Amino acid sequence: MKTLNFRVILFVLALIFGVVFSIPSLMQSENGKKITLGLDLQGGLHMLLGIKSEVAIESRIKSIAASVKYLFDEEEIIFDELRMQENEKVTFELLDNDDVAKVTQILKEEIPGTVLSQNGLKFTLKMTAKEVERTKQNAISQAVDTIRTRLDSFGLAEPTVAKQGSDKILVEVPGIKTQEDEQRIRELIARAAHLQLMAVDEDRIARVATMSSAEAKSFGDAILTDVNTPQKYLLHAIPVLDGSMLTDAKVGFDKNNQPVINFTLNGQGSKIFGDFTGKYVGKRMAVVLDNEVYSAPVINERIGGGRVQISGSFKLSEAHDLAIALRSGALLAPVYVMEKRSVGPSLGADNIKASMLALALGFVLVVLFMILYYGAAGVVANVALVGNLFLILAVMSLFGATLTLPGMAGIVLTVGMAVDANVIINERIRELLHEGKSVAKSIEEGYNKAFTAILDANVTTLIAAVVLWAYGTGPLKGFALTMGIGILASMLTAIVGTHGIYQWLLPKIDKKKLSFWFGIKTEGKK
Amino acid sequence: MEIFKYKAPLSLMSKSKRFGMISITLLVLSFGLIFVKGFNYGLDFAGGTLVQVHYENKAPISKVREAISQKKEYASATVTYFGNENEIIIRTKTSSQSLGKDMGDSMRDLLKGTGEFEVRRVDIVGAKVGSELREKGLMAMFLSILGILIYVSLRFEWRFAIASVMALMHDVTIAMGAVVLFNIEVNLDTLAALLTILGYSLNDTIIVFDRIREGIRTIKEPNLGAIIDESVTQTLSRTTLTSLTTFFVVLTLYLFGGEIIRGFSFTLLVGVVVGTYSSIFVASPILMMLGFSVSDYRLKEAEKAKRSKEKERMRAMYENGTM
Repeated sequence: MKTLNFRVILFVLALIFGVVFSIPSLMQSENGKKITLGLDLQGGLHMLLGIKSEVAIESRIKSIAASVKYLFDEEEIIFDELRMQENEKVTFELLDNDDVAKVTQILKEEIPGTVLSQNGLKFTLKMTAKEVERTKQNAISQAVDTIRTRLDSFGLAEPTVAKQGSDKILVEVPGIKTQEDEQRIRELIARAAHLQLMAVDEDRIARVATMSSAEAKSFGDAILTDVNTPQKYLLHAIPVLDGSMLTDAKVGFDKNNQPVINFTLNGQGSKIFGDFTGKYVGKRMAVVLDNEVYSAPVINERIGGGRVQISGSFKLSEAHDLAIALRSGALLAPVYVMEKRSVGPSLGADNIKASMLALALGFVLVVLFMILYYGAAGVVANVALVGNLFLILAVMSLFGATLTLPGMAGIVLTVGMAVDANVIINERIRELLHEGKSVAKSIEEGYNKAFTAILDANVTTLIAAVVLWAYGTGPLKGFALTMGIGILASMLTAIVGTHGIYQWLLPKIDKKKLSFWFGIKTEGKK
Repeated sequence: MEIFKYKAPLSLMSKSKRFGMISITLLVLSFGLIFVKGFNYGLDFAGGTLVQVHYENKAPISKVREAISQKKEYASATVTYFGNENEIIIRTKTSSQSLGKDMGDSMRDLLKGTGEFEVRRVDIVGAKVGSELREKGLMAMFLSILGILIYVSLRFEWRFAIASVMALMHDVTIAMGAVVLFNIEVNLDTLAALLTILGYSLNDTIIVFDRIREGIRTIKEPNLGAIIDESVTQTLSRTTLTSLTTFFVVLTLYLFGGEIIRGFSFTLLVGVVVGTYSSIFVASPILMMLGFSVSDYRLKEAEKAKRSKEKERMRAMYENGTM
């Protein structure tokens, strides 16, 4: 009697491997690597964000223009017509031809990433293509970091924030309970969080109601509106200081027990703030966030220590989110939605239920059919099928793969297709038995002859799966992944595994009971 | 149990003209549908917004329509039941880029008072993303076919490769025709289904071709038609059985898998049926049409065998030091 052979041992090992590594996923235990459920199954928010990088470039141009002004003033160079232009350019005119050499020298040294061109005494300072690209990339990576920091501080389980392609940001947040929470999270992500402390133009503010913004601009002012009321403020356009000098922001309460945000400035900020408040006692200073005035208190005395408060009749949740946004810093460029998919937790649960039902039913149908049609050979094929399922789960768990709804469909489909190999083999064995070959010979030859067909068929399906995986986005990837793993696993379970089981069972197979063993009515002739 | 017991080869090749006519008719109809009626592109490829709302009781669809029309921007929105009467889907062709209040959020406000409800799904796809997804999808289709062509050429012969790819294009085209005919929305999952059909149909065809390849070697018969008849008949049982098991599974997916994957499973259902048909009745006649010659193939195989034998002989001689 033949004892255990290497194929059975291999199959049993694979089965043990499959069961052991799929346990953490099946039991949803805390420890061990396991499959994560996709957002369509557990509910959550998936977003692909674009970034308006032109805004980052515009602000870079603005700061280049500011540097030019500062440098020329410092060097006492007389200039005129300093303008920001389209296409990443700053233009200006010199009045004195003798300054040309000096200007060329200074700009080259002090403002890297730009090229200067000259037409008479008119000059154009243009950002290089490389500098434009660097600014764009910088804006994206800064946005990725900022959004990640914000989501992390919001206290959600395992949000994903990653750069996708060259100019997109992928955000995935699982486990959101309600639509209201989701909206809050989206608003937190989108918040520019651009904080400015601005001096009120006390000389002209009386006329603000009738002033046009062009007129305000001519005074070097800007008109901004109150966040809660339609009241307008006239403020000096160049801020006293901005959010980049902020070190911390926390939610606190004022004396009326209203939520406020207390923030702390860094050393430089505290000094500027202290000097400013010392100089302008009796005047008003506005706290401006994303171009809306939150408060404009009168300065009573010099404020040292760099502690400032924002009050704006917040709700507590609002204050909490705002503090997070302030701590994480401002977004260099605004982000916008290119794609958004959000699934509520109850729909996710429904999706799991439906796909599990389909999987179970499909599985039962296939299993029953195989037994009915092939007898014991069908049972052998079913054992391989179960092994296949466990292997898929185990491999996915080990890779920490994500199981999505299309992924479930992929598994269901694999069940249908994995028995294919066994159908091919069993049909071959039956043919050989009909030809009157012995059981042992029929099995061996059957496996040999079936192998090339199964291999070629599986490789071609695998090609489709790999391409789908490489080119697909989210849901398609999940489908391709489970199918690909399923096909590979079936090569082990359906070919090697069942072959081993037959070799092991061979001594027990009775030639007179072929209808029990292989479901056929012929008698195996010698 | 045995349903298909091999007795004598069915004479399929002699009827290939008839099957050819059926296929050509189906193909012409499919192309007509695809080009005249066109695909009903869903959210993934066309862009737009979709909000799924679940009601505790039967969804008051007319009340919902009324509530939505309060806002001008949603005037063109369509409201339909989804799967059952408690579930509705509201669609617009527009998509907002704002991260703040989106259509899902405004629906919560607008639908207040129409009953106990919950917004369960909000999908927004910008037009740019949609066209990108479409390009990627076509690319995936093209690359899969190319990869398959190369592999089959290597493993079989170029005529087998052309025949199998023509057969799978036949299947995919007819499946697409059915998608248009039944007005199934074309989304990413429909694309996945089409790619699966691609792999599946090929799977079937290859198993038949494998048998023909074997038949050329073992069946003493110079006529390709006769070899095909015998090979196809021998694999008939397997082809039908596998298609049956896959069909069962896809059918359960269609019936019980939930509304979301209905488009996917429907496309697959059509694909399984057409794929089975084509691997029996379409792929092999194409092989004949392409002028595959049995004697040439045998000659080539014999030569190959001879060459490798010669090589072995030389090596043996070399190793024995006789050369």
